[in-house]
Amino acid sequence: MSSLIETISTAEQFLQSVAQSEVLYGDHLPFFAAQRVAAADEFQRIGFPTTRHEEWKYTNVAPVLKTRLRNSHPEEPQILDKVTAKKLVKSDGILVVIENGRLNAAASSLSGLPAGLTINAFSELEKDARLAKYLGNYASVKNEPFVALNTSMLFDGVAIFVEAKTVISEQIHLLVVTTSADALAVQPRLLVVLGAHAECTVTEQHLTYGETLPHFTNLVAETVCETNAKLNYIKLEDTDSKAFMVNFHQAWIERDAYLHITTLCLNGALIRNNLHIRLNDQNCNAYLNGLYIVNGNQVVDNHSLVDHAFPNCYSSELYKGIIDDHGQGVFNGKIFVRQDAQKTNAYQSNKNLLLSNNASMNTKPQLEIFADDVKCSHGATTGQIDEEALFYLRARGIGELSARALLNHAFAANVIEQIADEAIRSVMLERLDRKLDA
Amino acid sequence: MEGKEILRGINLTVKPGEVHAIMGPNGSGKSTLASVLAGRDEYEVSKGEVMLDGKDLLEMSPEDRARAGVFLAFQYPVEIPGVSNANFLKTAVNEVRKSRGLEPLDSKDFLRLMQEKMKLVEMDKAMTQRSVNEGFSGGEKKRNEIFQMAMLEPTLAILDETDSGLDIDALRIVSQGVNALRSPERSFVVITHYQRLLDYIVPDVVHVLYKGRIVKSGPKELALELEEKGYDWIKEEADATV
Repeated sequence: MSSLIETISTAEQFLQSVAQSEVLYGDHLPFFAAQRVAAADEFQRIGFPTTRHEEWKYTNVAPVLKTRLRNSHPEEPQILDKVTAKKLVKSDGILVVIENGRLNAAASSLSGLPAGLTINAFSELEKDARLAKYLGNYASVKNEPFVALNTSMLFDGVAIFVEAKTVISEQIHLLVVTTSADALAVQPRLLVVLGAHAECTVTEQHLTYGETLPHFTNLVAETVCETNAKLNYIKLEDTDSKAFMVNFHQAWIERDAYLHITTLCLNGALIRNNLHIRLNDQNCNAYLNGLYIVNGNQVVDNHSLVDHAFPNCYSSELYKGIIDDHGQGVFNGKIFVRQDAQKTNAYQSNKNLLLSNNASMNTKPQLEIFADDVKCSHGATTGQIDEEALFYLRARGIGELSARALLNHAFAANVIEQIADEAIRSVMLERLDRKLDA
Repeated sequence: MEGKEILRGINLTVKPGEVHAIMGPNGSGKSTLASVLAGRDEYEVSKGEVMLDGKDLLEMSPEDRARAGVFLAFQYPVEIPGVSNANFLKTAVNEVRKSRGLEPLDSKDFLRLMQEKMKLVEMDKAMTQRSVNEGFSGGEKKRNEIFQMAMLEPTLAILDETDSGLDIDALRIVSQGVNALRSPERSFVVITHYQRLLDYIVPDVVHVLYKGRIVKSGPKELALELEEKGYDWIKEEADATV
């Protein structure tokens, strides 16, 4: 299978690889073959987006396509304990290492999982009806080039099932590693399904390993909360200056279910997140928070879509950003309130601090409301550091740099402080300070 | 500020341990004087020097002035969401200590110091946990200023209209705090529009600022005279001599 290692340096070559994927992966994940073909067709129809596309107006993916990249190779994972030392959470928890899109079982701690929890590679579940039921049925490929790319090219992925009425107290920690030395384009795929009344906390930490060459991680995650399930999900995107990442997360929540998702973007050359949440029955609660600290020449783009389809649901969205140097930030938050979704409460806020004259932020809140009895609000602000507060701190003997750091920290920490798990919160605050001090 | 001349020559000597009151009508330059002393950079000082213990404050950044012992109690204390009062003060106290070659206080010693100073202005513990001045009442903000002063132990404290917006109880608490901090090494410049504050904080000298100049200085009784007769007679006197 090593013939799959090939150079992809143009959009055309990406297209060629996608076209070949049906043949190349034909005997693999047979239940998925039809979806793969449909995704390949869609990708060939739409191709890569340009800045002429409304959804990609401020984020140019051309640099990704100009980079010499190789398709992810389906070889067995090789990194063992080397990366686990860099894992985010030191405490016990359940470690799942996903290397170039494949589960690295040897580096993970998958023995003795609590009852009601299974964590497997897709390839181990070919005959499992659950995988066929869920995989690919939430993240639609339609008009989504990167979902189509991932779906057509995915070789394997990781599925986590939490059975109904199971509460997992240990944290499930996903370490998504891209071995950057190989200049790879990888297509990691995640599926997390919580049965009715199940609860768990998942962290998705991105990491690059090895010599730093440009690389491209195109992740798609689908998370499903059945009735009254409760999912806390934290993404940490803290990689390196050569990392291109597109992270598409489709969350689906059913009646009385609860989702709290935090996205923390700290390092990477280009990060594009799409977080789409469908509130698919009554009494759903969704919290989506994000924080991006952008400097150097980084581009960080957060797109979100909260889709209220049923009555009596609540969603709350808070995204904050600090942009310095030549950094570019983008926020686009859509809220749909469909006609049947009466008594919806939907709130959105995006706040930004620009620290340099060359930094830029494009923010676009978008509310589309078709129901008539709802409470919705949105607000976006972009400003500079509060000079009065700065003077106040300095007048108490705090040096200018420390005072600025203190104010930036206070602005940003507010997002992290809403993470329920104390251990994760404190690690995230450390990461934040490391980035702010840099 | 935007080319407007506000202060036009102030000659003031404050000896260690003294309390000087600066009074004056609105727009006379009182708050500008406080801002210039603390180092607010929207004012340009075209001439003169401000010496503290042999060092010219005007050549120092606001933080270096604070480390050298200057403390400004703000007329409008700033709200800083997300920074707890305790954390803010710990950072400030330790930066000041560092500049003096002292070891930073550890959490235990800092807490002890805080508890001791809180009593001076009747602060409760909850106030130290809250974000700096956020949601504080007018009185709480001013008490917090005096609390910070107590923690930082300045050699020169400038009180900028600390009495504004205070009811009589808050005024009493704040003044008690200030009086407790009076010492032979510490000087105060108390800026106020009204004589009321000076009933509580009794000055050694009273100066009257008008059109950016000190036009009259005298003993504490001068404040009473101003209270009784207003500022008009001072204005007439001053305008006549120009």
